[in-house]
Formats: sequence, C-alpha cells, structure tokens
Amino acid sequence: MLCQACKERTATIHLTEISGGQRSEMHICEQCAQEQGIVVKNQIPLNELLSSLLSVQAEGQTSGAGPTGMESADDLVCPTCGMSLKKFSKTRLLGCPHDYEVFDEPLRSLIERSQSGHSRHCGKTPSRAPKAMKNHMEVMNLRRQLEEAVKAEDYETAAKIRDQIQQKQ
Amino acid sequence: MKPSDLSNHISQWFDGSGPGADIVISSRVRLARNLGGYEFCPCLNASRKREVLNKLKEIILSLDLGQDMFFIDVDNSSTLEQDLLVERHLISRQHAQAKGPRGAIIAQNESFTAMINEEDHLRIQVFKTGLQLKECWERINQVDNLIEKQVEYAFDPEYGYLTACPTNVGTGIRVSVMLHLPALKMTGQIEKFYNAAKDTNLAVRGLFGEGTDAVGDFFQLSNQVTLGYSEQQIVDEFSGFIVPKIVEYEILAREKLLKAKPDMLDDKIQRALGVLRSARLISSQEALFLLSHVRMGVNLKRLEGISIATINELFMLTQPAHLQMRQGHELDPDRRDAMRAQIIRSRLCQN
Repeated sequence: MLCQACKERTATIHLTEISGGQRSEMHICEQCAQEQGIVVKNQIPLNELLSSLLSVQAEGQTSGAGPTGMESADDLVCPTCGMSLKKFSKTRLLGCPHDYEVFDEPLRSLIERSQSGHSRHCGKTPSRAPKAMKNHMEVMNLRRQLEEAVKAEDYETAAKIRDQIQQKQ
Repeated sequence: MKPSDLSNHISQWFDGSGPGADIVISSRVRLARNLGGYEFCPCLNASRKREVLNKLKEIILSLDLGQDMFFIDVDNSSTLEQDLLVERHLISRQHAQAKGPRGAIIAQNESFTAMINEEDHLRIQVFKTGLQLKECWERINQVDNLIEKQVEYAFDPEYGYLTACPTNVGTGIRVSVMLHLPALKMTGQIEKFYNAAKDTNLAVRGLFGEGTDAVGDFFQLSNQVTLGYSEQQIVDEFSGFIVPKIVEYEILAREKLLKAKPDMLDDKIQRALGVLRSARLISSQEALFLLSHVRMGVNLKRLEGISIATINELFMLTQPAHLQMRQGHELDPDRRDAMRAQIIRSRLCQN
C-alpha cells in the first residue's frame, strides 16, 4: 500500500481515528508521519515493557489469590536484600542473586518474553564450579552482621564473622 | 593518566582504519558480571560498594593485558571529566550520573574499559575499529577468564550469569556496532533498517547527541537477547549475517544515489564542506549533520584530499566536553560553537 500523503513510499503506519462516531483510516509512511507531527515509537523502552509485563503478572496473581490465601505478587519481598516485586517493576533492577529464586514465577515469564522465549543459559560457564546460591546468601548475611558489629564496636564478634566469611569464600 | 589527557586525540578504535570502516565505524562487545556473595548494586550500601570497587580494581589492574591500565575514580571526577569519558564511550551516561563509590579502568589505547559498580558490579568492554566483532569477543573472553580465576561470579546453572536487570541474564553479552548510514537516510529507507532491526530483536540508538535520536546518520545497533544462545552464536549471527545485510543495503542506496542523482549528491557534499570550511559558529548538531555528508563524500570518492581519520577526529574532538577540556575550563554554548567552528575550519582548510 502506498503512502496517502506522498504517494511514493510504502505506507508503514496505519492509523484508525474514531471521532464523533465517524471512523477514518490513514495509511502513511514514517517520513510523512514525522512531517505531520505524528509520533511513532519504534521501540518500546525497556522499562515500559517491564512494568507493563509485571503489572499484568501482578493482576493475574492477585486474582488467583483470595480464599487460598495465596500471597499477592505485590507483596513478595526478598528476605536477603529487601527488594520487593513492586519496587522491581518500577526500577527494573533486582537487588541480589537470590531474587531470581524469590521472584521465580513472575521473573520466568518476564525473562521468556524479553528473551524471545528462551529460558536456559547456553553460553560459557565459569571455569570453577560456582558455589551454591545458599552459600552466597549466607555470605551476604554475614557481611551485614559484620557491618553491624563494627558499628557497635564489637570487634571480637566482628573478627569471628570475618573468619566465617573467609571460610565460606 | 587523567581524563584531560584524552581530549586532544581520538580513540584508536575510532580512527577509521578497520575492515569495512566506511560503514561500520567500530565494533564493541561488553560482558556484564556480578560478584557472588554481594547484593547487586541497587541494594549495595556505600561501604560494600567500596569493598567491591577495591576488590575488582586491584584484580583488573594486576592483569597483564599488554597495555598500561588506568583507574579513574568516577565518583570523585568533575562533571566535565565524566562527560568527556561519556563522549568517548568509555563509560555510560548512567555510570557518570550515578552516586556512590564507582570507577572505571581504561587501557591506554582505549581498546578495553571496565566499569565498576555501574548497573552491575562489573561491565567489561572491548572496542575495535571497523567490523571486528569476533576479535572483540575473543579478546573479552580472555579478559573475562583471567578475572574469573580470581573472583567468584554470581552464576546459576539455569540462568547463567546473574545480572541486576533480568534482560541481561545468561551470557550478559552486548554486541554492538556503530554504523554510518547516510544513503539509507537520504533515500528515505532508514525505516527499513529500523524494521529489520526490530524483527531480529535488535536495538537501535543514535550514536551521538544527548537523546536517543540518531543525529547525523550515525546509529548504534546491538543485540537484546542474551539468553538461550552461546556468546559465539550471538556474535556469529550479528557479524556474519545481520551487519553484512545492513552494509549491503547502504551500499545499494549509495550506488543508486550516485547513478540517479549524482548532482544532488555532489551538491549536498560540497555545500556541507563549504559551510564547514567557512562557518564561524556551529552547533554540535549541525556539525554532525554536515560532517556526515562530507564523510560520505570521501567514502564515495567524490572528495579528495580529506581523510576519514580527520573527519572521525572532528566528530570526537568537537563534542562539548572535549572542547571545554581542551580549553581547560567550562565554556558557554556560544563560545563552544565558535571554538568548534574554528577547529573544523583549521582542520578542513589544511587539507
């Protein structure tokens, strides 16, 4: 289909306007659309995509809640880093590796959609076998405790915690 | 090395000497990594950020990469220094504007950079001139292996390398090229390129300029899918299939222009050169636009005596932070426009 405005290029933008019960259609090319001040979004910004996907997810989960006592997706909070699903949908950034487990279900569908349906890593793996996620979580918690001990000037405890961290790493 | 030492010369990967550099200006491969046992940056407090920064800084500076390496404390750099690094693509705008302990490590020839505590704990990238994505990948993979010997990355057998933004998870790889596509733009076919990119899940951004609008016919094309394919597959598809296809489109558009409207083409090129050689005030936007036409003129052999290296140099050195750094202090936009015009005039009139 040719562009209605310039009648030269192929129409790639198809607008349907309904005003006063009257429906009108317009088929134009991107260049003419720009000249006429019609804004065309070529790509949905990532954060918009993320928050729209997550809000759909959250709605779906909320409707499934209720009598079963299932937690609303909005309330999911990672015990390790304190990140909530709600905050994540705004910032699009996770708080710690453990979030991948805590937000497993909503993340899985988000990842599949943003990764063209893929959900399994096929690339390189670290040469040394990574320690279990549990170990990483423990280290994260120990680091917090270490900071608190230092703040409280409890150096004896701090030294113990530091040794524990070293052992685990 | 200080950021100000960079303001008088172009990065090696921007010199226009690489394979196919008339259209593919440069190639870049980036890997996103996080350390195990630490929260991701959004939940990392200042003292632990400092810990991550010191740890990674020490490890990377100790690597033998065949180049002198410099650490830049981004948190304590001036806005002008930060802007200069952004203009040279050494750090991201996001990294410049973030808060808290963060840094960058830069190789002397700027072919390798590492951002510490950007969105992820570590983002390493390798740049090369022209279309050399495979070489970029081989190089960065070596560096990644060297770092990995000394740290434990956050890695999950199913999801791969774990990243703060789940859209980078898996390989954490971002493969990108800077493209100069003036003929596609001139012949109104740039939307073909946009659509093709969208269909193949690629992201297109402007290369220069403040916003995401492509200014001066320069584009950055990069992959979006990071999971489900190996790094090699992603690189091979990008450099063996996608980029050559776009290069082919641009070449066809250039040939068509040359055949159908040679006078129009020469007029655009000569007018651009005329303005650049005589303007007394020129904004960065206008300079980009005109330099783009001159660049195409040189590549199509419609202009003689001007090298691509000179034009690339002008693109880089006439950006706002570069001008101000060169002058040694901040300049208001009018003064910048005058200085930009003066530099361009002197470089293009020599030739």
